[in-house]
Amino acid sequence: MLTIKDLHASVEDKEILKGINLQVNPGEVHAIMGPNGSGKSTLSTVIAGHEDYEVSKGSIVFDGEDLAELDAEQRAHKGVFLSFQYPVEIPGVTVTNFIKTAINASRKAKGLEDMPAKEMLKSIREKAAMLEIDSKFLSRSLNEGFSGGEKKRNEIFQLAMLEPKLAILDETDSGLDIDALKIVANGVNKLKSEDNAVVVITHYQRLLDYIVPDFVHVLYNGRIVKSGTKELAHELEAKGYDWIKQELA
Amino acid sequence: MAYTEEELKKELETKEYEYGFYTDIESDTFPVGLNEDIVRAISKRKGEPEWMTDWRLEAFASWKEMKEPEWANVHYTKPDFQAISYYSAPKKKDKYESLDQVDPELLDTFNKLGISIEEQKKLAGVAVDIVIDSVSVATTFRETLAEKGIIFCSISEAIKDYPELIKKYLGTVIPPKDNFYAALNAAVFSDGSFCYIPKGVRCPMELSTYFRINQAGTGQFERTLVIADEGSYVSYLEGCTAPSRDENQLHAACVELIALDDAEIKYSTVQNWYPGNKEGKGGVYNFVTKRGICHTNSKISWTQVETGSAVTWKYPSCILKGDNSIGEFYYIAVTNNHQQADTGTKMIHLGKNTRSTIISKGISAGESQNSYRGLVQVNPKATNARNFSQCDSLLMGNKCGAHTFPYIEARNNSAQIEHEATTSKIGEDQIFYCNQRGIDTEKAIALIVNGFSKEVLNKLPMEFAVEAQKLLEISLEGSVG
Repeated sequence: MLTIKDLHASVEDKEILKGINLQVNPGEVHAIMGPNGSGKSTLSTVIAGHEDYEVSKGSIVFDGEDLAELDAEQRAHKGVFLSFQYPVEIPGVTVTNFIKTAINASRKAKGLEDMPAKEMLKSIREKAAMLEIDSKFLSRSLNEGFSGGEKKRNEIFQLAMLEPKLAILDETDSGLDIDALKIVANGVNKLKSEDNAVVVITHYQRLLDYIVPDFVHVLYNGRIVKSGTKELAHELEAKGYDWIKQELA
Repeated sequence: MAYTEEELKKELETKEYEYGFYTDIESDTFPVGLNEDIVRAISKRKGEPEWMTDWRLEAFASWKEMKEPEWANVHYTKPDFQAISYYSAPKKKDKYESLDQVDPELLDTFNKLGISIEEQKKLAGVAVDIVIDSVSVATTFRETLAEKGIIFCSISEAIKDYPELIKKYLGTVIPPKDNFYAALNAAVFSDGSFCYIPKGVRCPMELSTYFRINQAGTGQFERTLVIADEGSYVSYLEGCTAPSRDENQLHAACVELIALDDAEIKYSTVQNWYPGNKEGKGGVYNFVTKRGICHTNSKISWTQVETGSAVTWKYPSCILKGDNSIGEFYYIAVTNNHQQADTGTKMIHLGKNTRSTIISKGISAGESQNSYRGLVQVNPKATNARNFSQCDSLLMGNKCGAHTFPYIEARNNSAQIEHEATTSKIGEDQIFYCNQRGIDTEKAIALIVNGFSKEVLNKLPMEFAVEAQKLLEISLEGSVG
């Protein structure tokens, strides 16, 4: 589904990704871990197609198509979803209005009519219930005055609504208390299928107790320096990242 | 507002200024220039009584002594008032009895404006008075309104048919000598709308006027007078468009509102005069005086959406004369390319326990300049006056400007005045966030701008809210490169 080969990317002439290789197949959950500044968020942003990042070498192929040719919104239409580490506020635009606009934009790109209002409402209600979001929340302005936990829950709500093929969760666990973490993880697990894939970016092992990865990768200094199974995450938790740094030295 | 957006999308095919068509109707246009003879000729052409001619001549005499104001934060070449034709009417014999008699091209104009008279009759329940260039062409729904004693007609007809009301109220809120443009308007206004709601009557439908400048080299000087008698209610809508022309067209209107005891007037405008092209050539000079007076326990609410005009100078105001009266001003001004707007309101508190609310949302893009200028004045006898003002500015790009000039004059110690102001910029991170969710940049901007303007959009009647959202979107197209 996602094939990243020798990916180099820079922002403002500073190279951050220095040769990433990653293969994600349908039905898989991958975790990417690593210390601060290792390039985790850059990787997710580059996959999503942010214009400020320049890909100087290598390729990202998604569903057989080279993403280099596609704008951020086109990548979204193809089924790439990024749950942001810091979701932005859009005052005056409700959670409901925003997700409707997003869904209908993707439908339009596929040549479909807008989703009928009734169907939309039904879907919103179902997904909100799954994530224990109450109806008042849906009529609030997007992320405005939201707590850290509310912001993350809203990201997962959008994920649930858009049903992408590839979901990248960038530090979705930060700012969540343990109850919210369980709800969010439970939501992600329910959405998982044989046809989609999840990439979880996190500092900590905690989230991985609930969203269990098939593969764990350690990103350090712009490269994936170690890959393994979920045991690798436990090892990292026990030994810290210094262990990796020493191993590399 | 779900359906609003769906409709929006369908209608959003056209780019640039979509109302920029010119209707080739035979018209009867005066030679350019302004002098006493022209003023007399306008009055004569309208078949006005002598007192009206005198009123105009007096206004003209004061205008000659006045200077065009320069204090506004706008820069433009002053119009040559001797190079304008002060009267242009679609040529016609008599008032039309039915639609069959109307020039088909004119009907076509209405259709392009999306206000086909027939459609209006069937659908919206909106009574429309249409002013093209200077003359009121058609007033729909008059009979339905007449049953309730409501008068809704062109102001020229009102001068002939209801001289007592006109003599009593015309020029009482905006005296002919009030300012340069108001004096000009008083001298040469050729038509406009008149509305009277009798005591205790709640007007059953939105009353609506569409203005359009069609003929080249003409100015539009319409005059609107709305009188809500004791305990009555009316919601009045005003929409404006003009064809795209290279030269600057002048629009100097006056709107007077009178809310008698316990009455309420809601006045909504969507102004979409031609803003000029991308290089700032052409466009309408929109120099308008709008003012209402509130008697005891009455309320006037101005809701204004301004997306058009090259230069706008406009301050819809409320004189809160009666005790417990309420003035409201909800405002969105969008400027793009080289547009300039210096706009705002005045809330003059004279009565006790008077309250006013000002919500202003300025959106600047391109190389435009957008200024809010507001005065809140509390007079010595206005005990317990309250005001809340909020002025928010949204900037797009680095070449535009937003300015706020709030003036507060409190001469009574019990006054409570609050003022809040914010300035924000549409962030790249907001755009990227929307892009990542599959929303393209143009749509993202529309979404952000609509969200920013929501408090004001929500004050508009539904039909107008749709049009306003659409206009915001069109006005800002291509504003982010």
